[in-house]
Amino acid sequence: MVRVLIPSGALGLNYDEKALQRGIAAKPDIIAIDGGSTDSGPSYLGRGVSKYARASTKLEWAGLMAARAQAGVPLVIGTAGTCGADTAVDWMLDITREIAAEQGRPLKIAVLRSSQDGDLIAQAFEAGQIMPLANAPDVTSDMIRSCSNIVALAGAEQIAAALETGADIIIAGRTTDTAIIAALPLMRDCHAGAAWHGAKIGECGALCATNPQSGVIMIDFDNSGFTVTPLADGAYASPHTVSAHMLYENADPFILYEPGGYLDVTGAEYTAIDQTSVRVEGSEWVPSERYTVKLEGARPAGFRTVLMALLRDPHYVAHAAQWAEDIIDKCRAKVMQRMGLGADDFALELRLIGHSASFGGLETRSAAPLEIGVIGIITAPSEAQAAEIGKLLNPYLLHHPLTQEEEQPTFAFLFSPPEMHQGQVYEFALNHVLHLSDPMEAFRIEVHDIA
Amino acid sequence: MPELRDIVTKVRSKNAGPFWLTIDIFCGSTDAYRRVSQGLSTSRVAAVFQTDGQAIKRFDIPDLNVVKFSLPRPAVQGSVGDRDMHGASWAALIGDIEV
Repeated sequence: MVRVLIPSGALGLNYDEKALQRGIAAKPDIIAIDGGSTDSGPSYLGRGVSKYARASTKLEWAGLMAARAQAGVPLVIGTAGTCGADTAVDWMLDITREIAAEQGRPLKIAVLRSSQDGDLIAQAFEAGQIMPLANAPDVTSDMIRSCSNIVALAGAEQIAAALETGADIIIAGRTTDTAIIAALPLMRDCHAGAAWHGAKIGECGALCATNPQSGVIMIDFDNSGFTVTPLADGAYASPHTVSAHMLYENADPFILYEPGGYLDVTGAEYTAIDQTSVRVEGSEWVPSERYTVKLEGARPAGFRTVLMALLRDPHYVAHAAQWAEDIIDKCRAKVMQRMGLGADDFALELRLIGHSASFGGLETRSAAPLEIGVIGIITAPSEAQAAEIGKLLNPYLLHHPLTQEEEQPTFAFLFSPPEMHQGQVYEFALNHVLHLSDPMEAFRIEVHDIA
Repeated sequence: MPELRDIVTKVRSKNAGPFWLTIDIFCGSTDAYRRVSQGLSTSRVAAVFQTDGQAIKRFDIPDLNVVKFSLPRPAVQGSVGDRDMHGASWAALIGDIEV
């Protein structure tokens, strides 16, 4: 039996201290926590940074490092620093060293790196070693080379290799959400279907139970299935809460692709053991012939400037869409005429908050709002050009009249200046898998001993 | 005709990675599940997104009283035309569908 303690769905979301202590008292074999996701968008991978505050990360990580020392078992974080790129891993390593010094304990840290060299990935693409997944963007080797960061998602094999170093703490770059949980049960010959299925159920912490904010859950893996137990007061798992978690952020609720195969939960049976725990058996792991890992990449996609104005005058609120359309036409023409940009060189959009900002042309309803927030979104090839277009848009958002006949209106700006510069923006560039002849081919492990 | 949101417990939409959107309709009872499973066509969901629906994956899951749809995101997450980074607001548009 292998007991995995999962403090929460992600480091930075906090966890219930009392429940964590309950987990430590239950003598886990490993503590595993996820550190990232693509869910906050391409900027984090593009820049190679974390979305969470360093202060929160440090506080929560220090608590887990102390719990780890108490339990005397490995602590592993996957997708460190939101995106799992090398720079984010280094940020996490730096925080870990700082805490280690403060806690005054010797430590062995294994670092698993997932960042990829753009040139090597482009060569692999040219050599036919990279295959698109469903709805992947069309890519070229030049587009791959233009990515600021590319990561490969490590699976259980790479986490196992890091665990085999005997490290106390493993800081992993990009991994699948499940790999950090499934690795140890797989190393110890637990049921493979159960290892992956339990890992998927546990990867968001207590989201598979009631009281999801409490975070902490424990999963026991053995040679026929797994048992999930949430540890916070008032949290319980039921066959429904556990099986429903397979729906979460999953395009297919029965099949989950991982490096080296896929999980099929079609035959899984969920049974309540008592008021809080659920037993699951019958899930199946189907190994694949080729070993592939998923790639994620983000590349620069211009610079963004944003402006905001408020419409409160009922006449303008009632005709906001027409007003916005007229501004776009006139301002786009002015940008091309005065700045010499082509129609496809820049993007200029006005979204009407309170009117149609959520769905644009797909909106099916309308209602009369009291006021409308107008957000102007500009994307241009350079920071200076984005700023310049912002200055061309500014007078329209301040004074544009619906008709020539009416008196010049003035709308509300929130700030001086109204232009907000977001700097470089990024786009996701890859939804592909890379074929490897050896699981470690695209990954590196280094060990740091802290005296 | 009632709207979907009036007969089910919850409609949820989320990213399933940067390129896919997934919509979970928790019907809450066998009766509601039957109404949604039989009364909500895939083409009706496709029409909401103004797509032909060929890429939409549909899962009718009686054990959970859930009907689930997954489809390519209307705009890739975080791209210039994307309006919702986490893909959660689409649930409101699906909840508006008359069943």
